[in-house]
Amino acid sequence: MDPKHVIICRCSDVTLADLIALFEQGYQTFEELKRIKRVGMGPCQANTCGKMVQWEISKYFNQPLEEVPFHNMRPLTMGIKLKEIMEAKNREE
Amino acid sequence: MHKEVIIIGAGPAGLTAASQLLKIGVEVMLIDRNDLVGGQLTKQTHMFFGSEKQHASKRGIDILTMLDEKLKQYPNKLTVFTQTTVVGLYNDKVVTCIKDDRYFKLSADAIIIATGASEKSLPFENNDLPGVYAAGAVQTLMNVYGVKPGHKVLMVGSGNIGLIVSYQLMQAGVHVVGLVEAADHISGYLVHASKIKRLGVDLWMNTSVKKAIGVDSVEAVEIWQLDDQWQGIPGTEKQLEVDTICIAVGLAPLTELLQQIGAEVVYIRELGGNVPRVNKHYETSINNVFACGDVTGIEEASSAMIAGEITGIETALKLGYHVPNHTAKLTQLHCDLDTLRQGPHGSKIRQGIAKLGVQL
Repeated sequence: MDPKHVIICRCSDVTLADLIALFEQGYQTFEELKRIKRVGMGPCQANTCGKMVQWEISKYFNQPLEEVPFHNMRPLTMGIKLKEIMEAKNREE
Repeated sequence: MHKEVIIIGAGPAGLTAASQLLKIGVEVMLIDRNDLVGGQLTKQTHMFFGSEKQHASKRGIDILTMLDEKLKQYPNKLTVFTQTTVVGLYNDKVVTCIKDDRYFKLSADAIIIATGASEKSLPFENNDLPGVYAAGAVQTLMNVYGVKPGHKVLMVGSGNIGLIVSYQLMQAGVHVVGLVEAADHISGYLVHASKIKRLGVDLWMNTSVKKAIGVDSVEAVEIWQLDDQWQGIPGTEKQLEVDTICIAVGLAPLTELLQQIGAEVVYIRELGGNVPRVNKHYETSINNVFACGDVTGIEEASSAMIAGEITGIETALKLGYHVPNHTAKLTQLHCDLDTLRQGPHGSKIRQGIAKLGVQL
């Protein structure tokens, strides 16, 4: 299996090879990976890749899945335009 | 706009929670991002198992019609927003939504999270080629929109979704070339597995996908056998000519809204992943925020419908409503849930709930 052709995060085109390279550099939490590679920050907000990222961390660092911390989640669940928020605010006024 | 209760997700759990609340006299707003209410029921053309009370031998879509009829009795107390995505949940019980590019805020006294689950994906070579589908997506395409996903399919995963969708593909005239399962046994009901086996589908255990092959889309798939450490065994590769790879390797609860408000979430493998720590009233660690259905652990629609009823009653009680005979009703519902979770197929969920440490 060629890890360069295994897509983990479709939104940001992050491959298994990318993740392993980061693990080798010492990054080992989802939060770190997210800041460096944007994994989990696209339209799906980690709903597709999240479990696979957790699994790969668990496998590489030999850490039980239960102990792999999940990344922080904040509003919003999907990308929306600033214009839409502004329009909502103007309607309120 | 302010409502007494906002329910996020109008699948089996959300719909039965709404129906209980409306019966008690509580005003409800149901929000769902899909075109239709019903969640998984909208595409479940197969008949349910279990006891008659849980609608056994009825088809999912017919159960939905029945639930929908019940809700229609309360036009003054119920608001339904479909094609509406909840984009944010905040601690003061403000819900922000988007519908038709319009962003707006709602608030409620109590919130029920019934968001269900999302499908798990699988890392293999070329897993981004067009033609690689999640099984639920295939079911939606076929049963809701009448679109075939392809002509020759490999199914990956032998849970009930993998088995049922294989059968439904065949009903639609699609050739199911085979089914692979990484474990050494069928994980869904044997009755479903026997049905597709009798129709000539090969079921390969201890086998997984090594890679998808194709230029612009899937043209073939390479499968291989796994050892007892779930590692592929070189030399056992086999190529199959398919245009569709259908992934049915399980579901994961959709807890993102709960995580946004800092509700306590724990990882429990047997329940499908991250689940909210709810108490026996189905209330999360955040006051007046409840959760029910697959978001609290992957089960079946029948259990989700009972959990929804319990949550509806519990939410009304928490808001100070008088619910006649509520103790007897809740005891009966919990008893029905226990019955559904008996037997070998319920053992995983029983273990998961034991880890959670509450009587659900």
